[in-house]
Amino acid sequence: MKYKLEAKNIDVFYGKLKALSKINIGITENAVTALIGPSGCGKSTFLRLFNRMNDYIDSFKLNGDILIDDKNIYEKDVFVDELRKNVGMVFQKPNPFPKSIFENVAYGLKIQGIKDKEFINTRVKDALKQAALWEEVKDDLNKSALALSGGQQQRVCIARALAVEPSIILMDEPTSALDPIATAKVEKLIHTLKEKYTIIIVTHNMQQAARISDYTAFFYMGDLIEFDKTNTIFTNPKMERTENYITGRFG
Amino acid sequence: MNNIEKEIFDLKSSLLKMFLLVEGQWEKGANAILNYDQDIAEEISSSENRINAQELKIDSDCENIIALHAPVAVDLRFILSARKINHALEHIADIAESVAKYVADHDIPYDKEIMTKTRISEMLEIFNTMMDCLLEAFEKEDPRIARRVFKKDKLINKINADAPQIIIDNINNYDKNMLLYLLSSIRKIERAADSLKKIGEEIIYHIEAKVLKHVNKDINLKG
Repeated sequence: MKYKLEAKNIDVFYGKLKALSKINIGITENAVTALIGPSGCGKSTFLRLFNRMNDYIDSFKLNGDILIDDKNIYEKDVFVDELRKNVGMVFQKPNPFPKSIFENVAYGLKIQGIKDKEFINTRVKDALKQAALWEEVKDDLNKSALALSGGQQQRVCIARALAVEPSIILMDEPTSALDPIATAKVEKLIHTLKEKYTIIIVTHNMQQAARISDYTAFFYMGDLIEFDKTNTIFTNPKMERTENYITGRFG
Repeated sequence: MNNIEKEIFDLKSSLLKMFLLVEGQWEKGANAILNYDQDIAEEISSSENRINAQELKIDSDCENIIALHAPVAVDLRFILSARKINHALEHIADIAESVAKYVADHDIPYDKEIMTKTRISEMLEIFNTMMDCLLEAFEKEDPRIARRVFKKDKLINKINADAPQIIIDNINNYDKNMLLYLLSSIRKIERAADSLKKIGEEIIYHIEAKVLKHVNKDINLKG
């Protein structure tokens, strides 16, 4: 089977600490894959392998291959800036820049050196529409993004990631700082976005993983314990540790 | 024990109580039929309210656990099977009442000889052992014990299948009304045993996540 992203025999070290051990996984295109597990299990480290965010950590060391469209993204001929155009990321807390809504969404395009205003306007509008925010902000594009609600700010961040037209979106607990209504909007958005994008999401919310993902991977202490279709994980997991975790009997 | 574990523990206790109530109904029903005891037959009707109330309580507990605790995996399977077991038990209790009704309402007892020929007492004995198996399987969460009911259900099916011809062969030898009620009771016991078999399937589903419903009956006997 052909996968959009693949991890092959992945070991990750932070100095002497082994954060991930012998991870093998294939991520399906145009699907949502949830990474779950207790704090410190390695799920965020694993997520950040796909846009090389861990490279910033001095003690980080990787063994194994991370493939996107069959290309190892840790090979020397890969430009990280180019990689990140293809792999967008949304973080736990909404982190808009202290700029207008328009400037926030256009930011990625401008640092790519794009100056065509009409092109930028079209991309910003499309990205805000895809992020289900256009109708709410179309008359206030020059308003500071910081003046928006938390849920709207997170959707600005999603629009900012979409504006550079990636094919993959990484989400690290994107709704953990949002109220239930804003969470529901982001979850609905994720469901819509998977038609065009491959999405990997880290979440501590079991029900969220069950609601929005097609596949779920359960990590524990740096090991991938189980990876399967989400409905299998949440109705009939194969591994006892997975069952204990998702039913709250862990420890 | 976390919150959902406690809720599930309490739900299991409620279902065990339901099992015991229904088992008690059948013991009384068998007694009423075999010994033509009209007092016991009347008692079955009066116990029915307790069973109905217990059914509603269990239903409500299941709904609350789903709404408040969002169960998954083995917990979800337990809640789903608990609801089906609950309804099956209530149905079985209704049948016990229906079977005993003839004894309560009629003055001609079932003839001992035709009862022997139709093997109704053997049927009731097998039914009781099925009930015991399921109670033990449910309590111990042991699918091997639950599987024992499939073979017993086949024995009950055989007795039920043989009964019409025995009744036809003896139609002129006994009170016709009594014979028809006897045949009707045999059929009802067979239906109740089918419900017990379904309970066995639900116990296996809860523990092993295997759906046995609507699969080849030969598969049911394995394991």
